[in-house]
Amino acid sequence: MAGKASKARGAETIDTAATGAAAAHTPSAFLEVRDLKIHFPSDDGLVKSVDGLSFELERGRTLGIVGESGSGKSVTSLGILGLHNRRNAKVSGEIWLDGQELVGATEEQVRRLRGRDMAMIFQDPLSSMHPFYTVGQQIVEAYRIHHDVSKKAARKHAIEMLGRVGIPKPDRRVDDYPHQFSGGMRQRAMIAMALSCDPELLIADEPTTALDVTVQAQILDLIRDLQREFNSAVIMITHDLGVVAELSDDILVMYGGRSVEYGSVEDVFHRPEHPYTWGLLGSMPRLDRDRTERLMPIKGTPPSLINLPPGCAFSPRCAFEGLTDGKATTERPELRESAPGHKVACHLPAERRRQIWAEEIAPKL
Amino acid sequence: MIRYIIRRLLVAVLLLAIISLVTFGIFFLLPKLAGQSTDDLAARYLGREVTPEGLAGVKAKLGLDDSFLVRYWHFIEGIFVGTDYKFGTSVTHCPAPCMGFSYRTNEPVFDLLLDRAPITFSIAIGAAVLWLLAGVTIGVVSALRRGSAFDRGAMSMALAGVSLPMFFTGLVSIFLFCRQFKILPTPRYEAFLGNPATWAQNLILPWVTLAFLYAAMYARLTRAGMLETMGEDYIRTARAKGLPERDVIVRHGLRSALTPIITIFGLDIGLLLGGAVITETTFSFAGLGQLMLQGITRSDLPVALGVTMATGLFVIVANLVVDILYAVADPRVRLA
Repeated sequence: MAGKASKARGAETIDTAATGAAAAHTPSAFLEVRDLKIHFPSDDGLVKSVDGLSFELERGRTLGIVGESGSGKSVTSLGILGLHNRRNAKVSGEIWLDGQELVGATEEQVRRLRGRDMAMIFQDPLSSMHPFYTVGQQIVEAYRIHHDVSKKAARKHAIEMLGRVGIPKPDRRVDDYPHQFSGGMRQRAMIAMALSCDPELLIADEPTTALDVTVQAQILDLIRDLQREFNSAVIMITHDLGVVAELSDDILVMYGGRSVEYGSVEDVFHRPEHPYTWGLLGSMPRLDRDRTERLMPIKGTPPSLINLPPGCAFSPRCAFEGLTDGKATTERPELRESAPGHKVACHLPAERRRQIWAEEIAPKL
Repeated sequence: MIRYIIRRLLVAVLLLAIISLVTFGIFFLLPKLAGQSTDDLAARYLGREVTPEGLAGVKAKLGLDDSFLVRYWHFIEGIFVGTDYKFGTSVTHCPAPCMGFSYRTNEPVFDLLLDRAPITFSIAIGAAVLWLLAGVTIGVVSALRRGSAFDRGAMSMALAGVSLPMFFTGLVSIFLFCRQFKILPTPRYEAFLGNPATWAQNLILPWVTLAFLYAAMYARLTRAGMLETMGEDYIRTARAKGLPERDVIVRHGLRSALTPIITIFGLDIGLLLGGAVITETTFSFAGLGQLMLQGITRSDLPVALGVTMATGLFVIVANLVVDILYAVADPRVRLA
């Protein structure tokens, strides 16, 4: 079923791509990000954390954003919520949430949407909750910002939310402080807080990174269940491909602040076309392999966001750079449709990419 | 929470007992170390007419020849139930909080303390309120507008405040405001109950000069604390909830940044009393600081002992209050 839906979405993308040049744009998707750029001037130069990112997301679906540290994943999510450092960031492009444009909106307009229409779960639940307020107080606060209800009613709601995210004896735990919760419980409480106003867009920024492996699976299940219940759109930001494969409908692979591959889970995991995606898949440890077999790390280090390599940002680390007639080092590859709904930014000819994947990469994985 | 308070109270009582023992011990030992015999002490008490009978009488009255423990017991007994001083046939009863009599003026030390304490506390409490308000406000605004003209101006002022000694700013301000421009009366203490307005008017200069010194430190501390907390993850969470920025700053940022300030405030209250000598001398206020100075320079041991005990009590109570406030502010402290 997921595959069918993804194809339908793919057709839509072609449609918007064809008419996208029109100046007056009416977004068709629930969340649509178009050519988003978030740059930070610094003493060493302009840091291009996000540089021309586009994607869209419907209610009830999950987009996984994958990439190394510093690829711009977190800045993207903070930018959507308007939580980036407003004073020194230069933001351009468009973010449409349910028909409302956010980049040009005032701080106050975006604040009113935050927490109510879009909420976020952060990486480290201990440092992300205020140590001096009880878990209940923090959920009550989140709820009462957007709902004009009594403290008593809000507290009832907080207890109900804690129960829904699977915290035992929520009527008693509601008065505990974050440090009295275990790591997994804390992340559940964070999720309860994020979902307290029933947001339509939920952004989870590495929600399981700080947790035990056993708890990770529980939290992911919880997010999936709650997503079905609330029919919200979810952006899952992670560097863990396992997490993405588990939860996402679509995947966006980021490198150096740009998207290098964008498509459905099947596309990106079974028919990946970008050498960087191949590298990510190759560096994933697998239990069904012999331990003597070595992982295939991506050689080199992520590029500096101030001085991105000319041409393709990945070219210095790419094993196939030589096959592009030098284009990789001179011309920046655009994100182009390679198959319906599957976009890749690479100078290698599409047939060549599929051939390399089928003959050289896939057999080794 | 209640258990925490009880525990802190017990510790405070124990501390007081130790302080009394140590200070009493010091003042018991001091004359001996200085090579003074009990006769010398008694002679000081008698004044000009020194006779052997008088000496013996004074020694008996003050128990100067008794052992340390007996005298300490006598002292403690005096504080709690009162005690009698026998001089020949006459008996002087010293009622309950009895801390002995001044060697010089023969006044009860406790009455002297009662007389002087309001002056010192008026200065201290007024200045403390002023510097907390000013320091924290300036610190918060500086942190939120880091690098702005306000921030740079405030921090330069703060540097001046920290660097300039109180006896300098105090004297300069008396000169300016009382002599040159004659806006304020030359400070002299008026009882609060008599006329609060003149009380405050007379205290403004000591308050402002003291507060200038401390507010400077508090502004810097608050600024540093706010800069740190506003970068915390939970501030991002508060913003992600859609909380208006003012609430983010006050309820989430300042709340955290203030807790270490409370602790330092407790310590500073103690320092302030130690510094009372300078403040009171600068403005010629006859408070506890001057009493202490007199007690020490004139070897008036009961007075010096009394002032030490009184300030010790005050510092302990101030720190107790601060510790309890701290536990209220930071729930993680209660369990530790």
